[in-house]
Amino acid sequence: MTDLAWIDSALSSARPQAVAALVRYFRDLDIAEEAFQEACLKALRHWQKNGPPRDPAAWLIFVGRNSAIDAVRRRGKERALPDEATISDLDDAETAVAEQIDNADYRDDILRLLFVCCPPDLPATQQIALALRVVSGLSVKQIARAFLVGESAMEQRITRAKSRIAAAGVPFEAPGAVERAERLAAVAAMIYLIFNEGYSASGNEIDARAPLCNEAIRLARLLLRLFPAEPEIMGLLALMLLQRARAPARFDADGGIILLEDQDRRLWSRPMIAEGLALVDKAMRHQRPGPYQVQAAIAALHDRAEQPADTDWVEIDLLYAVLERLQPSPVVTLNRSVAVAKTKGPAAALALIEPLEQRLSGYFHFFGVKGALLMKLGRAAEARIAFDQAIALASTAAEATHIRVHLDRLMKDDPPDRKAPASR
Amino acid sequence: MLYAILCYHSEDIVGSWTKEEDDAVMARLAVVQEGLAKNGRLGPVVRLLPTTAATTLRKDHEPPLVLDGPFAETKEQLLGFYVVNCASLDDALESARELASANPGGSYEIRPVALFNPGVAMT
Repeated sequence: MTDLAWIDSALSSARPQAVAALVRYFRDLDIAEEAFQEACLKALRHWQKNGPPRDPAAWLIFVGRNSAIDAVRRRGKERALPDEATISDLDDAETAVAEQIDNADYRDDILRLLFVCCPPDLPATQQIALALRVVSGLSVKQIARAFLVGESAMEQRITRAKSRIAAAGVPFEAPGAVERAERLAAVAAMIYLIFNEGYSASGNEIDARAPLCNEAIRLARLLLRLFPAEPEIMGLLALMLLQRARAPARFDADGGIILLEDQDRRLWSRPMIAEGLALVDKAMRHQRPGPYQVQAAIAALHDRAEQPADTDWVEIDLLYAVLERLQPSPVVTLNRSVAVAKTKGPAAALALIEPLEQRLSGYFHFFGVKGALLMKLGRAAEARIAFDQAIALASTAAEATHIRVHLDRLMKDDPPDRKAPASR
Repeated sequence: MLYAILCYHSEDIVGSWTKEEDDAVMARLAVVQEGLAKNGRLGPVVRLLPTTAATTLRKDHEPPLVLDGPFAETKEQLLGFYVVNCASLDDALESARELASANPGGSYEIRPVALFNPGVAMT
């Protein structure tokens, strides 16, 4: 790896901590970002010449803070601070900064930085774009590509989000225990949104959006290092790893979706599965179940099965029942019906989802599942109606294709004319 | 004499490598390892999962205390280790240098082994 590549990874891994500390000093997102940019430029010059500093984040915070103060003074026509060439050689000064950013401090700094990106009234897509720009340091161009929009549209979206945050005011006081837990939950939800933006991609969008999954995993690892004993953060990271592990097997050469039971499981990433399973084990030990842990446990049961037939559907059904209690939602019940169909048969599954029809009348997955169950029961005419409704509700071509794949498969496995001669 | 080569590096940095970068490093390391294996000098090679997957058992409590995370919070983390057979410290350093040129960044701690029990073969 060249020096420049090393510096690049060091800058990007130091970014959350450094920007978070600068936001604490300046109480302003824009000034903090500018200060960090300035420090990065100086790092490129100095680190190449003098080698890496002992603590890159502390160096960037120190130099960034001084550049920003310097800029403010220059604007005020006051005496400038000494050049960073002198500053950066003062090892004592860096050490003092490093000591200031002890664990407890920067833990809250980074949590604050993530938290300001996800106020509840900010639309999800803006939250994600802002976090990717500010915390992860992706360029506007990279983010625009991941969201499949133009660069100027993304620039506007981020600027709008920033001004809304500036108007709302950044919470700078150190959070209490309850507040910290609330912030953690909001941030976890935002990280999972980032992941799903990447994970729900299909077709020719996959390459552009896959980095979002990696970024979400990186942020969750960061969060878990800051809060090592939080079982839900373990669950979140495990859930994302256990899903991401299947990525190499999820699409065919044309970018079409390959259903879980048809995937070539040898392509699944073993190290990611190992890490995910280890985290599920660690989380379970705390005996404080939560939605991410339960979903991770469900993903783990899929990933543990070497063949689709080895899948422990009884356990999956039980876990969905737990999830329904923790996070009651018709969508969870709908997902559970897939497990129920495997353990108790399609009639039981259909009985489970029929009461949901009114609440899920605009949800294409509902009609996809309903159609599949009806097909299995040999009620081909009703199944086709459900599939048509699903395709009408599909919001992307990929979703529609997904249903057609489903339909084709069932047509092949259970030809309707054999199963339902009465309807002909 | 057996030496352990303990690999320390920032897991943030290693974790931000793309799959291609990671694969390239592993491929270069495999070449060095092959050379050692051919001379009958390569013992176990271990790469560890991130420290977020770690659990620590503190034995200075009764009963021992189970804590989440690695034993020590450090700037660079223990990410893996090798056991190699070397005639001298110079030899061990030479092997470590070869590994280092295949995987720059971070540090290797070269530590003579007092007891080595290879255990049972695991797949």
